[in-house]
Amino acid sequence: MSESLKTNLPISETSEWTFDLIEKYHCEIERIACNFGLSTYPVQLEIITAEQMMDAYSSVGMPVGYSHWTFGKEFVSTEKNYKRGQMGLAYEIVINSDPCIAYLMEENSLPMQALVIAHAAYGHNSFFKNNYLFTTWTSADSIIDYLLFAKNYIAKCETQYGEEAVEDILDSCHALKNFGVDRYKRPPKLSMQEERNRQKERKDYLQSQVNELWRTIPSKEQTNSDSTKLRYPSEPQENILYFIEKNAPLLEPWQREIVRIVRKISQYFYPQRQTQVMNEGWATFWHYTILNKLYDEGLCTNGFMMEFLQSHTNVVAQPAFDNPYYSGINPYALGFNMMTDIRRICETPTNEDREWFPDIADSDWNETMHFAMKNFKDESFIGQYLSPKLIRDFKMFAISDDDRNRKIDVSAIHNYNGYQKVRSTLSAQYNLGNNEPNIQVYSVNAKGDRSLTLRHTQHLRRPLDNSAHEVIKHVARLWGFDVKIESVNEADKVVKTFTCSAPKSK
Amino acid sequence: MAQIVDRRLNGKNKSAVNRQKFLRRFRKQIKKSIENVIAERSVTDLDKGERISIPKKDTSEPFFHHGQGGHREMVHPGNKEFQQGDSIPRPQGGSGQGEGGEASDTGEGEDDFVFELSREEFLQFFFEDLELPNLVKTKLSTIIETKKVRAGHTSEGNPSNINVVRSLTGAMGRRMALRGPYKKELKQIEIELLDLLKRHNESDQIVIDLRARIKHLENKIKRVPFIDSFDLRYDNRIDQPIPTTQAVMFCIMDVSGSMGREEKDIAKRFFMLLYLFLTRTYEKIQIVFISHHTVASEVDEETFFYSRETGGTVVSSALKLMASIINDRYPTNDWNIYAAQASDGDNWHNDSKICIDLLNNKIMPYLQYYSYIEITPDQHQNLWEEYINVQSNWDNFVMKKIEKISDIYPVFRKLFEKQDA
Repeated sequence: MSESLKTNLPISETSEWTFDLIEKYHCEIERIACNFGLSTYPVQLEIITAEQMMDAYSSVGMPVGYSHWTFGKEFVSTEKNYKRGQMGLAYEIVINSDPCIAYLMEENSLPMQALVIAHAAYGHNSFFKNNYLFTTWTSADSIIDYLLFAKNYIAKCETQYGEEAVEDILDSCHALKNFGVDRYKRPPKLSMQEERNRQKERKDYLQSQVNELWRTIPSKEQTNSDSTKLRYPSEPQENILYFIEKNAPLLEPWQREIVRIVRKISQYFYPQRQTQVMNEGWATFWHYTILNKLYDEGLCTNGFMMEFLQSHTNVVAQPAFDNPYYSGINPYALGFNMMTDIRRICETPTNEDREWFPDIADSDWNETMHFAMKNFKDESFIGQYLSPKLIRDFKMFAISDDDRNRKIDVSAIHNYNGYQKVRSTLSAQYNLGNNEPNIQVYSVNAKGDRSLTLRHTQHLRRPLDNSAHEVIKHVARLWGFDVKIESVNEADKVVKTFTCSAPKSK
Repeated sequence: MAQIVDRRLNGKNKSAVNRQKFLRRFRKQIKKSIENVIAERSVTDLDKGERISIPKKDTSEPFFHHGQGGHREMVHPGNKEFQQGDSIPRPQGGSGQGEGGEASDTGEGEDDFVFELSREEFLQFFFEDLELPNLVKTKLSTIIETKKVRAGHTSEGNPSNINVVRSLTGAMGRRMALRGPYKKELKQIEIELLDLLKRHNESDQIVIDLRARIKHLENKIKRVPFIDSFDLRYDNRIDQPIPTTQAVMFCIMDVSGSMGREEKDIAKRFFMLLYLFLTRTYEKIQIVFISHHTVASEVDEETFFYSRETGGTVVSSALKLMASIINDRYPTNDWNIYAAQASDGDNWHNDSKICIDLLNNKIMPYLQYYSYIEITPDQHQNLWEEYINVQSNWDNFVMKKIEKISDIYPVFRKLFEKQDA
């Protein structure tokens, strides 16, 4: 930050924002972001009140959400925490849409507004537009329309079928929403107009499909030979909600549509769950870089910078494991440091870096970072780019916790022997496939009592939590007949079964 | 090019629907919490919001996740002394998954979900039990009308409220105070000058100096403004409830051994409702608690609801006490008198006749309203039989047998009908 660069006058001396000043800061931030080659959706900045921010928080960032009690619960507790000053609402909420909507809260000071613009409107925005998961799995141009469609559809159902009936279905779908995701197959693009048209046709079509499967007139030959051998579905299905939507015997068409809505929204958020470290790291790296550039050009004051840095430092703080505030690895801290580290490796690599990252040492940092941002998710990003230096800086250590042993083993620490192990363990930690139990639709007793069997395949002998007793009731409510979950160990033996009988018809 | 949109004005209360849904969903738990609250609240303290806490496990939404056990590997930051291959004891209470302690930063127990109900929501839940018709609910929850009354003067306000006389008086005082010292000095110097002029010429330095000094002082005096924004006084007006007359409410309860906790709870609700009604109508209300078994005494609220006596029941003792309190402290031309009596109907049977006599002659003539509730699941008791006679004599005497809380409202119907007429 040499003095000679400071030829410009600061944009503002105050910390009170005005529309005019936001416009000016945005202009400069946009220019700098553009010079760094960030490619983004058009930006829409929305000034909102604290209450509206809490709204956005409680509806998991959906700008238009259907109504459900769980959002009310979130709002109530967010409001309580905010009013008692236990949490700030300073940071971003940004919608993965085209144009990209970023919220600025009116209570924030001017430096905070600039920070949010750089972080959300340019950092996250460019991530949404370029990361492969987002480009393949979400449709930024139609999400708002779809959410609006969903909201209106559910409201219509409430008037037509009663709030309680709708709430029941939604409760059950929410219980399964993490299992309403296609992990490998790209879902078709969303469009409100199409949805509306299709929804009408689908209503009849779906029902006819279901009827086909459950045709009750038995043909003799079939019952004798095939039914015992043929399993339906022929292969296990990972998308439980999808399977229910298409096959549950008793659901009404509108109920299927609601299952579909929850499933679609869950799918939309799936990439965000897989790229938390990268996404936040990328956005934090850019707000830091852009605002520093702003300062270097003399466009903001020392006071502005102090306020920004204080807030930035809080965000990227990483308490140690034995600190009472420790709650796992802070994605902002890990992400920001990894991004900064990639730039360091490109610009001033050490011998160690050259050994570990021969292909990126001395390369163009911006190009390398863009490549990383576009082509990875948390799991692979950490596996690829976590450097020994960072492992040392964080003083990371890996533990192995096996319930057959009385003690926990430290399997690796931040030394030469441990880098690979720490890196692969941390990478696996961000694999959603490991974190969530692997539960798939296994079979349906189509010719008999119509019961549904789900199969939980244990990973490293980790059992299913007892909350499954509650979740299975929701599955049974959607399915309409008996439901069973078999927990299968690595030797393919059923070790535990959860069952729930068909809900009584109303 | 960015678009900047000001959304602050639209979308207020967007979460209201979700909030209502949340409240409806947990109505049972909230009601339970409110019941506890009512037990703790004073009779006069019904008219505000409340902090509600319901068990967290009820509000949580289940989903499939891993349980304890199995084998897991984790990376943590901040290693201090561990070496590869170290064995460390397993930390208590968990796998070290770093998801615990989610609620511990809220200062509440981790098992409770705590939130605030607004006053309206609280009353809504409170009324729900009582099965009040909507008309009555509105009547109870509306805030009394107020009118603006003068309340002195302020130094800030609306230009149309400027009080000219006050402002100018203030200005005059300020002028006098600020100019005083200068005027005093001026007077002195002028005398001095007259003195000097007898011996000196106008052109002498000392005279010129004095003249300059006089000029200076005159300027200073001139510079004190005639009126300053500091002098301005505005008429102040505040909201005041439309004045009504005052009321006294007598709560009479049988505290003999036969009244259990449950009966007392019902009685308490009844008294609360009556009080709430009275606060809508009267600005100033006093409550007199009279508890009785064979002897009656005036007690405070705490004792009234929580003390437990044994022995028989002589209702007339309470009525006698009430009559004498009215006589001593509440002259009927100044006070509207309401009475609510709760009992299980038990009475020493020779006493009931005395009660009738007291009511007919010493009490009912002075009362706006007398309500008697008999809280018993059994047959009517002897007090009831006698009270029926009183009811036939007096319009404003209402009696009702209550078995459960929802029976309370009908007792009030009559009262509200009268108000509407």
